[in-house]
Amino acid sequence: MTTKSKRPTPLKKKQISGAEIIYCALEQEGVEYIFGHPGAVLLGLLDLFLQRSKMKHILTRHEQCAAHMAEGYARASGGVGVCLVTSGPGATNLITGITDAYMDSIPIVCLTGQVGTSMIGNDAFQEADIVGMTHTVTKHNYLVKRTEDLAKTLKEAFHIARTGRPGPVLVDLPKDVMLGEASFDYSDEVDIRGYKPRTKGHMRQIQRVAEAIKESKQPVLYVGGGVIHSEAHKELLKLAETANIPVTWTLLGAGAFPSRHELSLGMLGMHGTAYANKAVDECDLLLAVGSRFDDRVTGKLSEFAQKAKIVHIDIDPTAIGKNVSVDIPVVGDARQVLLEVNKLVKKQKRSLWQKRIDRLKDDFPLSFDAPDGSPIKPQEAIVALSEEVGDKAIVTTEVGQHQMWAAQFYQVSFPRQFISSGGLGTMGFGFPAAIGAALARPDKLAIDIAGDGSFQMVLQELATAVQYQIPVKVFILNNYGLGMVRQWQDLFMDRRFREVGMEVDPDYVKLADAYGAKGIHVSDRADLRPAIREMVETPGPVILDVVVDQDELVFPMVPAGGASKNMILQDQRKKKPLKGKLSALPDN
Amino acid sequence: MRHTISVLVENKFGVLARVAGLFSGRGFNIETLNVAPTLDPAYSQMTIVTSGDDRILEQISKQLNRLINVIKVTDYAGDVTYLNRELVLIKVTAKAEHRAEALRITDIFRAKVVDSGPAHYTIEVTGNPAKISGVIEMLRPLGIKSVVRTGPVAMARER
Repeated sequence: MTTKSKRPTPLKKKQISGAEIIYCALEQEGVEYIFGHPGAVLLGLLDLFLQRSKMKHILTRHEQCAAHMAEGYARASGGVGVCLVTSGPGATNLITGITDAYMDSIPIVCLTGQVGTSMIGNDAFQEADIVGMTHTVTKHNYLVKRTEDLAKTLKEAFHIARTGRPGPVLVDLPKDVMLGEASFDYSDEVDIRGYKPRTKGHMRQIQRVAEAIKESKQPVLYVGGGVIHSEAHKELLKLAETANIPVTWTLLGAGAFPSRHELSLGMLGMHGTAYANKAVDECDLLLAVGSRFDDRVTGKLSEFAQKAKIVHIDIDPTAIGKNVSVDIPVVGDARQVLLEVNKLVKKQKRSLWQKRIDRLKDDFPLSFDAPDGSPIKPQEAIVALSEEVGDKAIVTTEVGQHQMWAAQFYQVSFPRQFISSGGLGTMGFGFPAAIGAALARPDKLAIDIAGDGSFQMVLQELATAVQYQIPVKVFILNNYGLGMVRQWQDLFMDRRFREVGMEVDPDYVKLADAYGAKGIHVSDRADLRPAIREMVETPGPVILDVVVDQDELVFPMVPAGGASKNMILQDQRKKKPLKGKLSALPDN
Repeated sequence: MRHTISVLVENKFGVLARVAGLFSGRGFNIETLNVAPTLDPAYSQMTIVTSGDDRILEQISKQLNRLINVIKVTDYAGDVTYLNRELVLIKVTAKAEHRAEALRITDIFRAKVVDSGPAHYTIEVTGNPAKISGVIEMLRPLGIKSVVRTGPVAMARER
């Protein structure tokens, strides 16, 4: 129930159209960009974008990319991303993007047009029950049935998207609701009886955490996207440095802790560093902050961090105890909780543990071979990119081998610098996300580290990038195929490669040219760094197509469902015979 | 294990689908479901009976809590004293030789006849699930034509 306003309401407030109410609400929320694709039911609303210029509408070439761009904007800025699409196919095309945002807890608000309320349920033209379809992939969703409910609903939608554990909220807008008239009042505070996220941790639990840190000899901090969402990176750094606790992160936690820090362990999990996984194996206290014990992190649950007491700090009670049993659960916002923990934690030296960690780093470093005369190795391409652009860039990734190499070898130093599709693993995420990130952070260079397979799912957005001259760079590690699936076939299917070779791959230089962007192609080691510099210096959208060794695999690797003791450290396949047909390597 | 879960929700369209979706999405069957408005018509009380793995049901309870339209979730699994009542209508064949027996059973279980005809009685019974199955077992030899059950509603005792 809403609280009644104390002010006497004038008898007749100015009546405006539903479309105008939506526009005003978006303005009140401080929305800068709306990513969308039009349709018949949106005409009234789109008309307002033409008349007024505060917000900019970015016309995407596919609705899925509108959702990913909104995500990229949200992930890079920390604000709420907004997309606007028409009913029916416009709405259904959003679903992959919405699900991606849901899995990674990204705040976006999706506005979908809907057929008129009298037509709903009649199989009207371009009708789809998008609210029903997205029940399980949104944090919440609404079908607005009256114009007078629009303002309140939109205010709730933004509030729900950005608070607590963030997530996508969808608002379905029937045509007649946008045409009808009502007054606009955005002043009421949001008050939803069933939604009161707990941000402050329980003090007794926080004391127990501090005691556990004091007693521990070999602690490890295991941090995830929650640290980024709650902007807890400063508090994390303080805790790690004060109590001398090494830090490992999930894919979504990259950037929460500076990767060049001496306490940094890099990413853990299936393709994490061997020393991070071994440190977790050996630790006596695992401090999970804003992370959710995902299967790609833990591998075999019964053998994950077996010797450790487990602390789990998370804003979502559902995440706690879901996969592992937790010794000290703390429900609360990561930043709020760490602030309190830091008040209780004293300076602690752990020279033995630090020595052990240093030893693990020396014994099991991330490595790859790039002998003279060999094709460019994907890892060295990432290293070169990281060294050439470093902190000037925000990098996004697609999904697959290149994503893991980026997570391993790109030196990330600040939150929101590394943007990737973690939970859902959506190929085609990185390029539109980079467009959103470029708009959110014009002070940085947005680079999509891509695979050729993923990029081909969304390359039509080159048109969007060129149309608005969004200076996004696509750095393709081109192995002419689907490398990660190929890797699994290589390791687990006796090298029978099936449906992973893209014998027809576009000429990316010509492709860029066709869209009015710049394309660069390299296959020689010597040309790599000059090409990266050219990519950076060329204004506007650029594709840099780097042909890499098709046969390179991502290591270390903990096979799915395995324990970290089963970790494959490096390539052991050298002498195995090839079976099945390898997809064609390029001639040039 | 069988669980009886009470869910206090906002009385709005779509809420039932959200709640039910959490069960069906995990392949859990809802055995019984009862929904009606509370004293305040802005809210409804649901009582859901389901069975399955305790850990997964704990997850479902937590996720029910996460739904924006859900106000409160109570799982009575650990409570042996809670009140649990169901209403059942039983249409039983009652020809001359069985009419007295049918009435006797109705009497024993403190049920009542709400409709009767030359060859049938319709009996209304309320009670906990054990009593309901007791009545049904007693009436079964007479010939039950049909049974309609509300599914239980549950409430904690005042302490």
